Amino acid sequence: MAAEPVPAASGSDGHKSFGERVTRLEDPALITGRGRFADDIRLPGAAHAAFVRSPHAHALIRSIESSAARAIDGVVAIYTLDDFRPCLAMERMAVGLPSPSYRQERDRPVLADGEVVHVGEPVAIVVAESRYIAEDAAALVDVDYDLLPAIADCRESLKPGADLVHRDAPHNELAAFDMGYGDVDSVFASAPHVYSESFWQHRGGSHSIEGRGCVAVYDDVREQLTLHSSTQAAHSARAVLVDLLGWDETRIRVMTPDVGGGFGPKVVFYQEDISTALASILTGRPVRWAEDRREHFIASTQERDQYWNVEIAVDDDGRVLGLRGSMIHDHGAYTARGINLAYNSALVVTLPYEIPAYRLDVKLALTNKVPSTPVRGAGHPQGIFVMERMLDRAARELGIDRAEIRRRNLVPSEKMPYERPLKSRGDAPVVLDSGDYPGCMEEALRRAGYAGFRERQARAREEGRYIGIGIANYVKGTGRGPFESVTVRIGTSGQILVYTGAAAMGQSTRTMLSQIVASELGGDIGQVEVVTGDTEGVAIGIGGSASRQTVTAGSSALIAATEVREKLLMLAANMLEASPEDLEIVGGAVRVKGVPDLKVGLGELASATGGTPGYSLPGGIEPGMEATGNFIIDDLTFCNGTQVVEVEVDIETGHVDFLNYVIRHDAGVQINPMIVDGQVVGGAAHGIGNALYEWMGFDENAQPITTNFAEYLMITAPEMPAFDLSHMESPSPLNPLGVKGVGECGLVPATSAIIAAIEDALAPFGASLAHSPVTPAEIVALVRGNEK
Amino acid sequence: MAETREITVTINGKAYTEEVEVRFTLADFMRQQLGLTGTHLGCEHGVCGACTILFDGQSARSCLMLAVQANGHEITTIEGIAPSEDELHPLQEAFRDNHGLQCGFCTPGMLTTLLEFLRDNPDPTEDEVRIAISGNLCRCTGYQGIVAAALDAAQRLREANGG
Amino acid sequence: MKPPPFSYHDPDSVEAAVALIGSLENAKILAGGQSLMPMLNMRYVLPDHVIDLNRIDGLSYIREAGDTLEIGAMTRQRELEFSDVVRNRCPVVHEALLQVGHRQTRNRGTIGGSLSHLDPAAELPLICAAHDAVITVQGPKGERDIPFSEFPAGYMTPSIEMDELVTGVKLPLWPAGHGYGFEEFARRHGDFAMSSACALLETGGDGKITRASVTVGGVATAPVRMTEIEQGLVGGDGSEDRFRELCEACRSIDAIGDVYASAEYRQHLATVMSRRALVKAYARATGAA
Repeated sequence: MAAEPVPAASGSDGHKSFGERVTRLEDPALITGRGRFADDIRLPGAAHAAFVRSPHAHALIRSIESSAARAIDGVVAIYTLDDFRPCLAMERMAVGLPSPSYRQERDRPVLADGEVVHVGEPVAIVVAESRYIAEDAAALVDVDYDLLPAIADCRESLKPGADLVHRDAPHNELAAFDMGYGDVDSVFASAPHVYSESFWQHRGGSHSIEGRGCVAVYDDVREQLTLHSSTQAAHSARAVLVDLLGWDETRIRVMTPDVGGGFGPKVVFYQEDISTALASILTGRPVRWAEDRREHFIASTQERDQYWNVEIAVDDDGRVLGLRGSMIHDHGAYTARGINLAYNSALVVTLPYEIPAYRLDVKLALTNKVPSTPVRGAGHPQGIFVMERMLDRAARELGIDRAEIRRRNLVPSEKMPYERPLKSRGDAPVVLDSGDYPGCMEEALRRAGYAGFRERQARAREEGRYIGIGIANYVKGTGRGPFESVTVRIGTSGQILVYTGAAAMGQSTRTMLSQIVASELGGDIGQVEVVTGDTEGVAIGIGGSASRQTVTAGSSALIAATEVREKLLMLAANMLEASPEDLEIVGGAVRVKGVPDLKVGLGELASATGGTPGYSLPGGIEPGMEATGNFIIDDLTFCNGTQVVEVEVDIETGHVDFLNYVIRHDAGVQINPMIVDGQVVGGAAHGIGNALYEWMGFDENAQPITTNFAEYLMITAPEMPAFDLSHMESPSPLNPLGVKGVGECGLVPATSAIIAAIEDALAPFGASLAHSPVTPAEIVALVRGNEK
Repeated sequence: MAETREITVTINGKAYTEEVEVRFTLADFMRQQLGLTGTHLGCEHGVCGACTILFDGQSARSCLMLAVQANGHEITTIEGIAPSEDELHPLQEAFRDNHGLQCGFCTPGMLTTLLEFLRDNPDPTEDEVRIAISGNLCRCTGYQGIVAAALDAAQRLREANGG
Repeated sequence: MKPPPFSYHDPDSVEAAVALIGSLENAKILAGGQSLMPMLNMRYVLPDHVIDLNRIDGLSYIREAGDTLEIGAMTRQRELEFSDVVRNRCPVVHEALLQVGHRQTRNRGTIGGSLSHLDPAAELPLICAAHDAVITVQGPKGERDIPFSEFPAGYMTPSIEMDELVTGVKLPLWPAGHGYGFEEFARRHGDFAMSSACALLETGGDGKITRASVTVGGVATAPVRMTEIEQGLVGGDGSEDRFRELCEACRSIDAIGDVYASAEYRQHLATVMSRRALVKAYARATGAA
């Protein structure tokens, strides 16, 4: 049982709430139903939007006829791209993260522009007095389509003569790059052992329980647009709006309400966001749009398929000499984010291990499907899977224990920081900054009872039971820079105000920042108010993705809070006629240590820096009790971990049960262990889903076939194992907090460990599993095919 | 003109008399017409459970009911769980203390489901708790904090009832 | 995902409901709502009329009438789950119901709704098939009984007229102490079964099987009584090997294949579920459970 959680109001100076299982600031509103999510925002006179979407994966639009739809009582307006053109400075969203690898640009039009290229692509927006009426009208908008051939498979897409995903494209190759180092060819030419494998890896969508959504409010008196958006990146959203509308920043504000989960796709700015905004501008009314679950399946970005062909070269002792291969990545029909998903997969493959030579040729293929962009894990699970499966393969071939082959190849802790001859997407060298990978694995193996497993397995087999164990190590670069601003200000009321472009989507951003700020300013997180994701709170920001915000925003918060603290102490020293070293901050006031009555409140100090006309500021202080931190990050800081999973496979049904699930990981210093645990377990749940349950299905015409929660399986409570969860803390040397990102840690190795365990359980049947997800039906087919 | 009916529904002890379109779901009626936005919509096809409320004391998916069906009935939503403005129900306290929520979007359904479950099963095993919430999806927590909160709440409630 | 426009009717008697069903074109019946409402929300159906049965008194009952259990069509699955009568006289119903959906869906879902919807994987139709239940329907011309074997007309289509309403089920009860077993394979707890089986057994003092009912669901478009297995069981012992051999007959079921499960996989699962159900049933019949 966890230690008793510490309630919000606590602590005196010197009491850093670091490392405390502090209960969250977010909870009081959320547990009483007073959260305010995008669709909860009440605005008088608001109209509701629904979208007309393409039912075809690829077609030309001959005409759009909406007179019948307009005739419905309660319809306010129906807009297509033609209607929006006069308001747009740009018609396409050029959002792709920069890269030299693009072979063509495929940006999304604000609404379909004569051609639709995936099922679900928005064609028109209907605005009405209720969502019910909007949907009635959308069903009556008559779009005349000329069907075109659709590409459903990213491998087919790249074959010469393949049908074109976009009619005017020269081919379907969106981007290509290679990654690697060392003399791969000569390594393979002389290697004693070479094993090759082909992998299919599939991941699905985000499926945050809250879908996307926004409320656009155009104030035509001030000529200002406010967009309340369930977004992970408010400042990015505003930047895109600036580009699309051709307005300057002062006319556009993006605010973020409570967000019911993000997991990646809410970082993206979508056609629905700009369309809702334009609808408000043109109708003069607030317009709201709430994504329903079907829309999330067909119109929110998702991850999908990767196909890998890989060879590994090893010596007689299982030391890896090199790894090489190629990969085809399903990019979808447009670029909604960049090449980062495929890049991450390619980059992470060799990182945890000392691999002297590596080369991967990657092609991103267009398909007539919704664009793929990162979902929690962001391509890392796939790269890790390849390495872990190849190690298991080599181990099996050479008769070496799977833990032993890893021991022989893991980057040892003595070599930290360990520079890899690879470049991050920003062209910075990749350096594993800290961590004890072998030590982590050893402890995980010990907790899993790995040493005694073969005996357990043999006894189980005698009873007709099939159990297996799998190991996976991983690293993940976190804390992606370059910065995340945090402003800390003391209000004249004494309230500690924190503003940041960082995004809250359930990962406890407000509590995390409060703990950091409070640790410098009196220890009471209940005194801290945090505003996230508001473009008027801080001028610039990036938002939540890639497990970056504790590192970036957390560090900036520390810098800002420290600066404010120094200012408070200096001013108070002047007012109390004491020296700053003799002062402490407790209970909302600065006071002399040992003389509690000799104090001045934070609010009073803030007022003093506000100035009085005609009077000098005391002690030569700068005006304003505030500071902004912008901790600059160029390098990723790497979290690492090991999962060791034990499963039992029912060979008659193919069902997989968990017998034991060990997670040991290192995300540096923990600010709030309760929150860290929650992130790891949540990530592991998602990883189990990817290994066993989640499949986003499309047919050969690129029609989505899993479009509801009965067909697409999300893990529920009874399927979850109990976890043996333990932490290591290798402080990151790259930021003042020593923290690393943790949001994706639980997920990245999960699929690898689980599928390795299943393969091990089914070893008597000659199982070799090089794909994910694995289904009960295929397990049964494998067993029955090998039983005779 | 849309077909409507006048209905009277008691929600969290308060009676509401409203005219509502017959095709409006109970969830939309509460959220949009009454401003009770605590109950959430996650799928609108009866799987995610975020819309779960208590209907005459029994958990039910409000996205799968028509508002008109609630005429004359009693509903409890997340907004009605706390005994007063200043107090929390032991179940809510347990959620807070056990990190039983992260984004909070599935939480309304989890709380109403567990309120019924703990009322009818005051001393559950962990497996029973997991089955009780098998009809509620959470993407953030992996359910561990929720299960811990439910077991903790069960103990607090037993103690409060002199158990 | 909001329902399309429709006209709403809430009759307060079976007769009124039947009259409406007979007179309204393009009408759908709303019972528990757990099947119809998702279809309405997703606009898979576009009825002009919705006839809500929830105001009708007298359609919700569980009655022991000698050796028959009479259940009203609007009886909630929850009531069946918590009924002592059901638990004592027809325990396999209770065992099956724990696999049906979730607490929230059982609180609202009705047996009449499940029978009328006739999803191939639904547990209650399977139980009815296993027991040779009789479905009572009422139409403008009055009541009639349909033996379950004649009830499914096709995929999700009961053989009732357009103007008829399912009003109840009569379940012939097996003697006290009979063996029963329900097994199902679903991906997650509460999901529709990819294959399910209900086994009912009576044994003699020597442990030989004297009577058997073996029904498989989730495999064909409707529950299938495995008469070949039943005949093979009678007179024989209750060894698992014997069950295994007989249950191979499930591989010949005319099975549904779709992207989630091939016909072959469902047939295979059926051999496993039926065998496991028989093992359970036999242990209970012989008091070994």
